[in-house]
Amino acid sequence: MRRFSSFRDFDWTLLTLVLLMSVISVLEIKSATLHTKFHNFDHKQLAFLMVGIPLMFLISVIDYHRLLDLAPWAYGVSLILLVAVKAVGTKVLGARRWINLGGGIHFQPSEWVKLVLILTVARYFWGLAGRELSWIDIAKAFAMVCVPMGLVLIQPDLGTALTYFPVLVAGLFLGGIRPKQVAVLILGLAVLAGGAWLSGKRLKPYQQARLTSFINPDADPKGSGYQIKQSLIAVGSGGLWGKGTNKGTQTQGDFLPIPYTDFIFAAFCEEHGFVGGIGILLLYFLILTRLIQNAQQASDMPGTFIIMGVVAVILFQIVVNIGMVVGLMPVTGIPLPLMSYGGSSILFTFLALGIVMNIRMRRFVN
Amino acid sequence: MPLTSNAERYNARDEKVSAGKLHATQYLVVLVLAVLAAGMWRLQILGVENYRVLAEANRIRKDPVRAPRGRLLDREGRILVDNYPSVSCYLLREQVKDLQTDIPLIARGLHLPAEQIAATLRRYGSSPKYESIPLKQDITPDEQAFIEAHRNELPELETRDEQRRLYPPGGFAAHLVGYVGEVSEQDLNSSKFDFYEPGDVVGKSGVEQTYDSLLRGTDGSRDVIVNSHGKEVGQLGQVLAKPGQDLRLTIDLDIQRVAEQVMEGKIGALVAMDPHTGEILAMVSRPTFDPNQFAVRLTRNYWSQIINDPDHPLMNKAIQAQLAPGSTFKVIMTLAGLQEGVAQDMHVACNGGATFYGHFFACDKHHGSVDIFSALPYSCDTFYYTLANRLGIDTMARYASSVGIGVKSGVDLPEEAAGIMPSEAWKMKTQHEKWYAGETISVGIGQGAIEVTPMQMARAVGGIASGGFLRRPHLVFPDQLTNDQLTAMRSTYPGSGDKTIPLTVENWQIITDDMANVTGPIGTAAEAHLEGIDFAGKTGTAQVMSHTALAASGKGHNTVPNAWFIGIAPRRNPDIVVAVLWEHGNWGNNSAKLAAQVINAFVTKQRKHDGNIRVVDTPRLDLLKTSLPKPAQTTPAQPPAGE
Repeated sequence: MRRFSSFRDFDWTLLTLVLLMSVISVLEIKSATLHTKFHNFDHKQLAFLMVGIPLMFLISVIDYHRLLDLAPWAYGVSLILLVAVKAVGTKVLGARRWINLGGGIHFQPSEWVKLVLILTVARYFWGLAGRELSWIDIAKAFAMVCVPMGLVLIQPDLGTALTYFPVLVAGLFLGGIRPKQVAVLILGLAVLAGGAWLSGKRLKPYQQARLTSFINPDADPKGSGYQIKQSLIAVGSGGLWGKGTNKGTQTQGDFLPIPYTDFIFAAFCEEHGFVGGIGILLLYFLILTRLIQNAQQASDMPGTFIIMGVVAVILFQIVVNIGMVVGLMPVTGIPLPLMSYGGSSILFTFLALGIVMNIRMRRFVN
Repeated sequence: MPLTSNAERYNARDEKVSAGKLHATQYLVVLVLAVLAAGMWRLQILGVENYRVLAEANRIRKDPVRAPRGRLLDREGRILVDNYPSVSCYLLREQVKDLQTDIPLIARGLHLPAEQIAATLRRYGSSPKYESIPLKQDITPDEQAFIEAHRNELPELETRDEQRRLYPPGGFAAHLVGYVGEVSEQDLNSSKFDFYEPGDVVGKSGVEQTYDSLLRGTDGSRDVIVNSHGKEVGQLGQVLAKPGQDLRLTIDLDIQRVAEQVMEGKIGALVAMDPHTGEILAMVSRPTFDPNQFAVRLTRNYWSQIINDPDHPLMNKAIQAQLAPGSTFKVIMTLAGLQEGVAQDMHVACNGGATFYGHFFACDKHHGSVDIFSALPYSCDTFYYTLANRLGIDTMARYASSVGIGVKSGVDLPEEAAGIMPSEAWKMKTQHEKWYAGETISVGIGQGAIEVTPMQMARAVGGIASGGFLRRPHLVFPDQLTNDQLTAMRSTYPGSGDKTIPLTVENWQIITDDMANVTGPIGTAAEAHLEGIDFAGKTGTAQVMSHTALAASGKGHNTVPNAWFIGIAPRRNPDIVVAVLWEHGNWGNNSAKLAAQVINAFVTKQRKHDGNIRVVDTPRLDLLKTSLPKPAQTTPAQPPAGE
């Protein structure tokens, strides 16, 4: 029985893919911010990576089982932080999402909570010991995810709140939910969503506008409909091969909204075309496939749960973000993992990858 | 070891997640990515053409480049009307998110009333969205700075460099030059303005209007690359603007300046013309207005001031004032009398008037025995009453019409008035009444129904003094126009044009010598006599009310007679004719003194030019049938008050 983990078992392939993606991200951020006041964002993104990568190595050497033990505590702290951010957080664009730590560093608890949720859910389903899920079990899982989700929703941050949902879905799916239960849940959620839609009170006016403009993009050409329209023009006019780096008229002319974060994929597709876009999708495919493999090879059930939680979150964000950019999804403000600019997003991704590495390195521990 | 104990605890139960579920996830990943790829395919492969067009439309904007308007020069090439660079502010409606909320800020920054912006928007409500709306012209540097500073909040505001009109200050030559203004929506709908677009500047009166098509040039355009704020970041291509044609006017700035001076503070008009060619040397109308106020930001205040002025500053009285010519008409009467062979041997005893058809017509003096040689210098009404009675209205009308009375002269200015030359047919047509012979008598001295413009009188008297050669008056040398343009212009501004009337040499000499004696010692304009200059002419003191009405009303301002003078130099084949109308100027001699100053300036300038070689064309007394009549006993020290 080997008791020590080894960096020989570190997933260097996955790391290579992730770093390749990060390099593409930095280059596209550079291109998208070239003529704007954000022209140093590529450097800042590099700096975030320089923090994220060591953190990934650091977390990979702490046994994830210890992290699982700490999960309930972390969960409690998370709830406190989410309440705190509502109370003392910095208000940006009408939402309180950030806690100012001083020194120009802003901490976004909701990204951190995502990681905690993945661990908490994994631990919860391990605790159920593989028995068939009762409605009580399911209700507990829902409560576990929906309490922080609700707290994020009232910040308000619909996008991040939505990213908690795949953690729950992954847990329930792997935890053995039965098809009949799924059907009942979907029906219940549909009724709930329908009720919310009709009352319309749960959504902020700009969120309503986003949904409206998704259905009819011409309704508000300078609002969120404008964003979708410009995004479609950017992607579409890129064509097969794209217009070339720094040559996207939509990106460089400031027609494409926030081309370095939420719409970075549109900027990339405009400048590098269908071929470049497919390349990105291929990279995501390889990364996700590698993650699922790691989940399969995990030495125990919580390991698998954690990795699949990460997979669920990343896949969900890809679907929602790229779906939005190509006009298949409404505008929700969810960043594209490994591509969009943003420190919190990078830290989450690399911490999550660190835990994945951690699990992989301990697959032969028994 | 805690590490181990942890792992062992979690591994205590040997449970695994079923491989099938993980495989299902793998399939889900493939499916999801395939759907996204399909979405990209739809846009980038199937929709590429469509989206490329939209992307180009996003970033390329066609900006008009205004052609600089042609300048107006005087006959010697001196600049009369120039252009200056200015910045205008336009509103791009496509850039607007919510215009209503922006209006107060725009109003504050551009110093415009919010209602005015709203009114402008309404005015352009029907025009296509992509057309920009001119908000304010000739904005100040601080307004420009405001627009620059609010690029992000007010992306709909755009500035454009333009050339603006710079007119001489103080309303100098304002009526002949005219003014420009923004083309009105109403104009845009008429076919005449097919080539015009909103915001275009067009000539609205004077030469600016007549020759607008030459002056305006052809606008160019630029394809500019813009960002989402409408800010220009580059340029793709351009069509250069073709500047408008500079026009050389027949105006002589030196003469115009003197004419402006002599008319200052008066109400009326002055026209100076070269009768050989019809070239107008000076044209003044008073009161005047400042065309610069019309070229940019015409204030409501200035406009109402102009419009409500009872003396009509916008009216070009040189071609639009239609008034009784008074005794200046006697030149035409003399022409008719002599050409008809009636006046040569007429001798009239003037005893302060005469009775015709049971009605007494007064003359202002007892001129005694008057013949054709003394009647004009004396301006004896009795003589001309008698002559009118002998000729009859239709003969008088025939001669008057032949020298352009009651007919437009065809000057190249908009809105010329035709005046009225009464006749039997005219009365029947306008009043459906028969002409009474008694009415003829007053017309003989230029009173009654007759109405003329200063332009008409200048042309008529100048033409007669030239031996019967009448010219079409004009302000622009015709050699600057193509034949087509000339034809088009003349059909737009019809008139009697160039023409020749029959006039025998003898009669010509009699009339011109008569006019020379008007400024001579016995004449009504003796005070205006110019020593050393062959200066001739005819005074006119036209009643604005009948004598009885005058007596009844008391002596108000409006009852003061209009003072006319038509002067020429030299008396035969004159180089200049000057018509002066001074409304309420009291007597013709007053106007004669004004005309004399202009003629003096003209002759002095000419002599300077010609190195003093031009000698005074002294009257050739041997050509006269009789010697000059001796001054009558009654010759007053003062010129007569009512000629």
